[in-house]
Amino acid sequence: MELLEFIKQPWPWYVAGPLIGLTVPTLLLIGNKSFGISSSLRHICAACMPADIPFFKYNWRKEIWNLVFVLGVLIGGFIATNFLANPNTIVINPQTIKDLSALGIKDFNGLMPSDIFATENIFSLKGLIFFVIGGFMVGFGTRWAGGCTSGHAIMGISNLQVPSVIATCCFMVGGFASTHLLLPLIFKLF
Amino acid sequence: MKSTFETPIVEKEEFVCEAPNDMKTSESGLSNLKYLIVGIMFGIVFVKAEIISWFRIQEMFRLQSFHMYGVIGSAVVVGMISVFLIKKFNIKTLSGETVEFHPKKFQKGQIYGGLLFGLGWAITGACPGPLFAQIGSGFVAVIVTLLSAIAGTWTYGYFKEKLPN
Repeated sequence: MELLEFIKQPWPWYVAGPLIGLTVPTLLLIGNKSFGISSSLRHICAACMPADIPFFKYNWRKEIWNLVFVLGVLIGGFIATNFLANPNTIVINPQTIKDLSALGIKDFNGLMPSDIFATENIFSLKGLIFFVIGGFMVGFGTRWAGGCTSGHAIMGISNLQVPSVIATCCFMVGGFASTHLLLPLIFKLF
Repeated sequence: MKSTFETPIVEKEEFVCEAPNDMKTSESGLSNLKYLIVGIMFGIVFVKAEIISWFRIQEMFRLQSFHMYGVIGSAVVVGMISVFLIKKFNIKTLSGETVEFHPKKFQKGQIYGGLLFGLGWAITGACPGPLFAQIGSGFVAVIVTLLSAIAGTWTYGYFKEKLPN
């Protein structure tokens, strides 16, 4: 039982990071697959609504492993949250709490603030910005960049690819700009 | 001898998957189970290390925590060593194939798209992987984010030729 209690604690970076890194050789060695998650979004488009667009006309069945993989990620999220959840409140840097409180966030108890991620927010201005527009940027941006944190930052840099280093730097620059310039403007709307 | 019927320059776009399947031997449906298991492990790590948390992403972009830098940094180091070892010792896959690597070509999209994804990353608090784990964790609203990300991918495909790349 002690082991379970131990697993339920939040995992430190030096456990999680190497485990994520090991996904690269695992996928390569069990099936000659290059790690990348955002490609799954493309396969969903190709499978569900190719609409005669050349970018979606390919044999997505060959890439079905990628869809199975992300289904696994979803199931893993379910298992961890329902059976291995941390019984304690999430520990957040006090300065982050102060900064986010100033923007209007009040809920600091879970992994995600209910001020933004509550289901009731779906059909509101908050939902439009945080889910619809934010999600659109993630989907459009990752495909334009040719990958996301997994395909570029982890797989690409592991394979010493300069374009992946460039892409990763741009992810970070975009994130900093969004956090420090966009979010203060967005939160003024509420 | 050149055939007179030789097709001119083929304009059909070649399919380039950024996370390709290079396995030669065909796999049965059941063998996909192993990718499911790797995915499940991955999803558990995402939640247990709180990588799916919007707060952790905020801490990262406010330089108020080392956690995410440690996660990504150590993942890259482990990935790099693994790739190096696979290449150096020519380690074969389970079915005995040579592991294939794909050099990435520089394109302007990596800059524009990268910046755009970065903007979205800080707003949603998720890159594509955590999106799936957040939904599994019961954050129903993130289904909208995922659907919108799929719509974004589709829209990119639609306008691909008109975008600088």
